[in-house]
Amino acid sequence: MHPSLTHYIGLSVILFCIGIVGVLVRRNAIVIFMSIELMLNAANLAFVAFSTHLGDTSGQIFVFFVMAVAAAEVAIGLAILVNVFNIRRSIHVDEIDSMKG
Amino acid sequence: MLQNALFFVLGGVVVISALCVIYFRNPIYSALALVTALFAVAGLFIILEAYFVAAVQVIVYAGAIMVLFLFVIMLLNLGDEESLEDRLSWAKRVAVVIASLFFAEVFYITIKLVGSVNAPKVTSGQPVGDPKTIGELLFTKFLLPFEVASLILLAALIGVITLVHRRSDERSHTSSDT
Amino acid sequence: MDWLTYLVLPLIKIAIAIGSLLLGVMMMVLAERRVSAWLQDRHGPNRVGWHGMMQPMADGLKFIFKEDLIPGHVDKPIYLLAPLVILVPALMTWAVVPFGTTDPTQVPTLFGQPFKFQLSDLNIGILYILAITSLGVYGVVLGAWASNNKYSLLGGLRAAAQMISYELSLGLSLIGVLMISGSLKFSVIVAQQTDIWDWNIFRQFPAFLVFTIASFAETNRAPFDLAEAEQELVGGYHTEYSSLKFAIFFMAEYLHMIVGSAVNVSLFLGGWHLFGIENIHWAFSILIFCAKVTLFLFFYIWVRWTLPRFRYDQLMMLGWKVLLPIALINIVGTAIILAF
Repeated sequence: MHPSLTHYIGLSVILFCIGIVGVLVRRNAIVIFMSIELMLNAANLAFVAFSTHLGDTSGQIFVFFVMAVAAAEVAIGLAILVNVFNIRRSIHVDEIDSMKG
Repeated sequence: MLQNALFFVLGGVVVISALCVIYFRNPIYSALALVTALFAVAGLFIILEAYFVAAVQVIVYAGAIMVLFLFVIMLLNLGDEESLEDRLSWAKRVAVVIASLFFAEVFYITIKLVGSVNAPKVTSGQPVGDPKTIGELLFTKFLLPFEVASLILLAALIGVITLVHRRSDERSHTSSDT
Repeated sequence: MDWLTYLVLPLIKIAIAIGSLLLGVMMMVLAERRVSAWLQDRHGPNRVGWHGMMQPMADGLKFIFKEDLIPGHVDKPIYLLAPLVILVPALMTWAVVPFGTTDPTQVPTLFGQPFKFQLSDLNIGILYILAITSLGVYGVVLGAWASNNKYSLLGGLRAAAQMISYELSLGLSLIGVLMISGSLKFSVIVAQQTDIWDWNIFRQFPAFLVFTIASFAETNRAPFDLAEAEQELVGGYHTEYSSLKFAIFFMAEYLHMIVGSAVNVSLFLGGWHLFGIENIHWAFSILIFCAKVTLFLFFYIWVRWTLPRFRYDQLMMLGWKVLLPIALINIVGTAIILAF
């Protein structure tokens, strides 16, 4: 059967939910970041699918900006992570709780 | 016909790699699984005739962002994450249940709604994913977001340099010896 | 589905392309040793076969018969994956390079279909090259990590940092070419270089310089080969590899060189055009292309055995503070000239 818009959006939803499970379940900060990237990619896939099926290029332009913002976010997030690691010697998110309570 | 087969193959690769990302305990394996997933998403973009976005996806995501991830994982010399069995296993199960509920809900809404607006592919004569079209739009209709995006990247650059800059007169912690 | 156009012909082209690439790698193994010998005023290997032509076979057999040792401390899955990851992108880059005429009036016909000498004329040709080049970093990084060894890790991370720094200049230098030709397609860019004064090396000389130097750095080739310098890092990222896997790393480096030269020739040196000789018969276009690529590879070997190695900080300074501004100024200059 020919993949229609529904298939692409379904795939995007699956990816998004896998990303959610990753963020909630994993305790390693870097893997949480990677799950966030998965969710962003799911959104990108939805954008491009709609853009192709409705014949509007604006969707792909938006994907372009999402990628730029994702790159910026990853760079800063990893820099913060490196600093946290230098001080605390661990990036297990359960152990970074000095601001708790 | 080839597009159908390719969609299912690439879709399968994406889903399996995404599952591998959240499954592996070694962060390097997770990163490599994510690279595979990103590459497969680029393939899906090509099936959707979004050629420029596919190339940018490989160049930026798979070629730069993931290299950054790998660098950080290798420099921090992280070992395997300890198994989740002895830590918060009930939370893990609750998380999976919540995510499945969310998934079922969104999927249902999507199938119902998208199915009704399932317009056949609009071909307006002008190619949609062509670099030329995207370039024209970027510099006319979306010029302000384009400039703002470059400002965002500049802010990220300055932020990263500030965060990891070591003052030469201050003794800084060095990471564990490699 | 048109099985002939979409399956049979591309498969034949792929077989020819990969076969000739591997043959080219074999010739490079011999050429490097003989040319470096001539530069150093000695003979190279010239005993095995006619003038040493069978030397690559001897080398290959040697590699196959060496003991295939997997050290106990390596990360096995990644150890086995790294040679593959470094080999495949080099082969993939060849997909968009026109190695002969793509003019429909001149190509031969095979089974009734025109047999263009280009595997796939993507309409994002240059972007594809940049994308696949970015993937080349992974092989180095993974090989370094898998070896579980200080020297390899340092060498690999240095090489990766070098490669991603020079990727920027590589991409920016191509924007000048893009602006002049107005298209990302390789066949269009090559078609615009029919006359020798139209070659992009004359119209975009700074871009050519930046692209050449950046491709030297991308292929980890001297004077930018600090990452695998035997004198400094024992062997860099391929220290722990033996026999066939080492041979694959070796092969991958030569493949990157060949493909980098091919891209350079197509974009800057007129591809398969030369004073109109290519119009006589389609075989001449292939010969001209091969001759140009061979000249460029000779230049690669010449530079390697002439110049001393860069120190790492000099290397990074060159990439960021010299090549990047030159590429940017080239873009601005080209834009100004095109606007008026």
